[in-house]
Amino acid sequence: MTRRVRQTAARANSDPTREVSLTVNGEAVTRRVSTRLLLSDFLRHELGLTGTHVGCEHGVCGCCTVSLDGAAARSCLTFAVQAEGAIIRTIEGVASSDDVLHPVQQAFHECHALQCGFCTPGFIMSLVTFFEENENPDLSEDAIREALSGNLCRCTGYQNIVKAVRRAHELMTTSKGS
Amino acid sequence: MSTALFGERVQRLADARLVRGEGSFIDDIPLEGALHVAFVRSPFARAHIRSIDCEAAREMDGVAAVYTCDDLGRLDILMPLLIPHPSLTEPRTQRPLARDDVFYVGQTVVLVVAVDRYTAEDAARLIDVDYEPLDVELDLPAAVQDDAPRVHPDVANNVAAHFVQRSGDPDSAFARADHITKIKVQIDRSTAAPLECRAVAARYDTVTGELMVWDGTQAPIAVRGGLASILGLDEDKVRVVAPDVGGGFGQKVYLFYPDELLVPYVAMQLGRPVKYIEDRNENFIGSAQERTQIHELELAATKDGEVLGLRDFFLHDTGAFIPYGIAVAQVASTSIAGPYRVPHIEVEFKAVFTPTVPITPYRGCGRPQACFAIERAMDKLADELGLDRFEVRRRNLIRDEDFPYRREGLLFADGLPVEYDSGQYGRALDMIVEAIDLDAFAAEQEAARAEGRYLGLGLGYYVEGTGLGPYEGSHIRIHPITGKVYVNTGLSCQGQGHETVFAQIAADQLGVDVGDVIVVEGDTGAFDWGVATFASRAAVVSGNAVHKAASQVREQVLDAASNMLEAAKEDLVLEGGKAFVSGVPAMAVSLAEIATASNPLRYAFNEAAKTSTQFAPASRHDGPALAEGAAPGLEATDYYSPPHAAWAYGVHAAIIEVDPGLCSIQFKRYICVHDCGRMINPTIVEGQIMGGIAQGVGGAHYERIEYDKEGNPRNANFMDFLMPYATEVPKAEILHLETPSPLNPLGVKGVGEAGCIPVGQVVASGVADALRPLGIGPLEHVPLTPNMIFAALGGESEE
Repeated sequence: MTRRVRQTAARANSDPTREVSLTVNGEAVTRRVSTRLLLSDFLRHELGLTGTHVGCEHGVCGCCTVSLDGAAARSCLTFAVQAEGAIIRTIEGVASSDDVLHPVQQAFHECHALQCGFCTPGFIMSLVTFFEENENPDLSEDAIREALSGNLCRCTGYQNIVKAVRRAHELMTTSKGS
Repeated sequence: MSTALFGERVQRLADARLVRGEGSFIDDIPLEGALHVAFVRSPFARAHIRSIDCEAAREMDGVAAVYTCDDLGRLDILMPLLIPHPSLTEPRTQRPLARDDVFYVGQTVVLVVAVDRYTAEDAARLIDVDYEPLDVELDLPAAVQDDAPRVHPDVANNVAAHFVQRSGDPDSAFARADHITKIKVQIDRSTAAPLECRAVAARYDTVTGELMVWDGTQAPIAVRGGLASILGLDEDKVRVVAPDVGGGFGQKVYLFYPDELLVPYVAMQLGRPVKYIEDRNENFIGSAQERTQIHELELAATKDGEVLGLRDFFLHDTGAFIPYGIAVAQVASTSIAGPYRVPHIEVEFKAVFTPTVPITPYRGCGRPQACFAIERAMDKLADELGLDRFEVRRRNLIRDEDFPYRREGLLFADGLPVEYDSGQYGRALDMIVEAIDLDAFAAEQEAARAEGRYLGLGLGYYVEGTGLGPYEGSHIRIHPITGKVYVNTGLSCQGQGHETVFAQIAADQLGVDVGDVIVVEGDTGAFDWGVATFASRAAVVSGNAVHKAASQVREQVLDAASNMLEAAKEDLVLEGGKAFVSGVPAMAVSLAEIATASNPLRYAFNEAAKTSTQFAPASRHDGPALAEGAAPGLEATDYYSPPHAAWAYGVHAAIIEVDPGLCSIQFKRYICVHDCGRMINPTIVEGQIMGGIAQGVGGAHYERIEYDKEGNPRNANFMDFLMPYATEVPKAEILHLETPSPLNPLGVKGVGEAGCIPVGQVVASGVADALRPLGIGPLEHVPLTPNMIFAALGGESEE
């Protein structure tokens, strides 16, 4: 096609901005952002942490779950500016090193608890906080399914995710004991 | 063949990235300076467009451009009809952006492109479209009446296609029958709802003239072909990549969604990368759906319950357009007799336009509807003849000795005859009977009733034509530097584990660790012959192509190693990434060395390469370094084209407790016996089945797109569309039966869709069985919601 004069970048939008400072995966972060920027978009597109996924943007599917001050939170229902001073952990901050997975991640792999992997970071973040909040969790079928009931998965039918919860607990217990 | 990995529960190779959040879904791919698209979509099911005013949007800060159909140039076209068929007499397809008229709520009317999605959505709200709403009819039986409002003014009775198929002599079968069972069943509209919505991004390089497109599609090669033709580009200049895709379930096999054409076009126009990331609401109103059919089915039977003939007439809702042809209705019509012999069949359908988002295949593709119709009819036949429902099925199942069983006169969706290749249908039924323990259940049911609790047994048998052609291919190369095996196919993967099962198949042939096989697909830059991922076909069609290509490379490896080791080919073993002389493991050469030696070199860029340069002793020869007709390296491409579909099957049962007060259901047990031929990886097979059952449970009890009379979808979000969570989906007990398919070298059949097919029938028959003492009415409509159970119990519905 005929080469034409390169267009100038579109003008910036006229959103009001403000500065936000928070801690993400142990790192202090300060950015100037649009006041209506969602935390999910902030993590994904400002910080490049794209492991936090966006599945519905109305707080139902759980794909965007992160740990916010230690509790599972929907980053699609939170503005970035609301996270001022918060301590956030995302899926990228879960494994202890490049070689070692977190027990929940390891269990998902061992139990075939993921297929397309899109919902997976949300499930893992829900479960990481679940185990942090419950030293001795109830691992009955009903209790595990209740613990998973904030996250939708369209691929697995959940059965292997239930299995992975038990396996994750086993891995955590073993590593504590050793 | 070697069977070291085939059939093993190998853990998935794709997981490591995905559990760390290191996938590359389309919106994860960084595109510096990308602009973002939002659409103005029709708020009316049917309307004329009087005018469109985009001025305010064009003036807004942050907006790069606004397009209506008048701004699209060569793109203002009717999009392709993908699968023409002689019966499809009114093949209507839509335009990328509406011109003059809109035909469903959600249809794209104006495209806005801006610095970010927030701004693009703001600008879209400033666009003023003046509509003149028109009358609509959403109800299928009413829509085919002469006086019904028309979706397309020139299509009488809203009938897009009318098709009749016959096998045998149905009239004589009905004349001979002792008994005729009649039933009318309905299946309502649902949606695939992949957790990742659809997404497209594009970058046009004005210097090289290359168009790079990332598309969350199940059919990247077809998208590439279509883009090149429609945009008038050289095929070679267009590369389409489907990276990690967050579920597809058929919704992503259809092309072209308007955005799939418009995003590349706008990227070319503006010289900037452009992204469109569909949101959940748009996925509900703008991406294809499936399922609505109303069947009127008759069975002609002897007094002993042997079915002699079947007649079925059904209305199939195709939405406002029919770009995918009659595929869904054709699969339903040719699957209508299920696993039963039924020698005489007449099946007729009308595909009907309704002013709703278009219909294309969603996991199951007409099979859940056909299964619900025939299985509800078999239950009714049993009831009417006073026979046991297991016994009626047993008397009609295709017997082991009947295979291959051909339904002469019926053509499947691949244009080839319906011929069931193999199976042990009776044995599958025996297995489920044994697993349920019918006597124990009867006692449990009676005891529960004495306590005022209602338990029922649900039962559904299904068949699935899988592994449709025309063909797929595979390219395999052993890399000279690392010795790793690279496998390409023309498919794309949406989480099914292709990378693992194809690696197992290749590793078996080449004697390497499964982790040393790198499968790359979904990239037309890597391999661009093939069709797409659909119809439970990846394992069958691509799996066998991988097997054939790997077998060729195996021969090359053995030939080369035989030369290098100066040993007879028959004495060589391929194992652990090496070729060695049987019994003499020290006489070995690695695949990397063999691959390097098979490629005559000039430059010794690493240690191994020294052996292949022109003065190395091993490369000394009199003639050309590469003999006439020879090719460098260890590499082959091969294809597999099936003679026709391979038919998988299975039977599901569930013990369901129904609370007649709340009209809620609870699964006490869910059991599945299935046969998909030889299993490459049972863990992955089970994953497919469990996921299918979960989707089936959605369609059986929870999920339905609810349109009001004006054609507005009322539940186009995850709050109101009741997709099941872990708390609603039962734990499934899965029993495997393996009857190798005689059709292909690996003996495999597909399994992707199987799980969802019989679940509607299982739930309806289970609820009917549970509430029989209360005099429940017929349950011939899914999803069987609490309201419908309430109505069947004689309650006054508020709807």
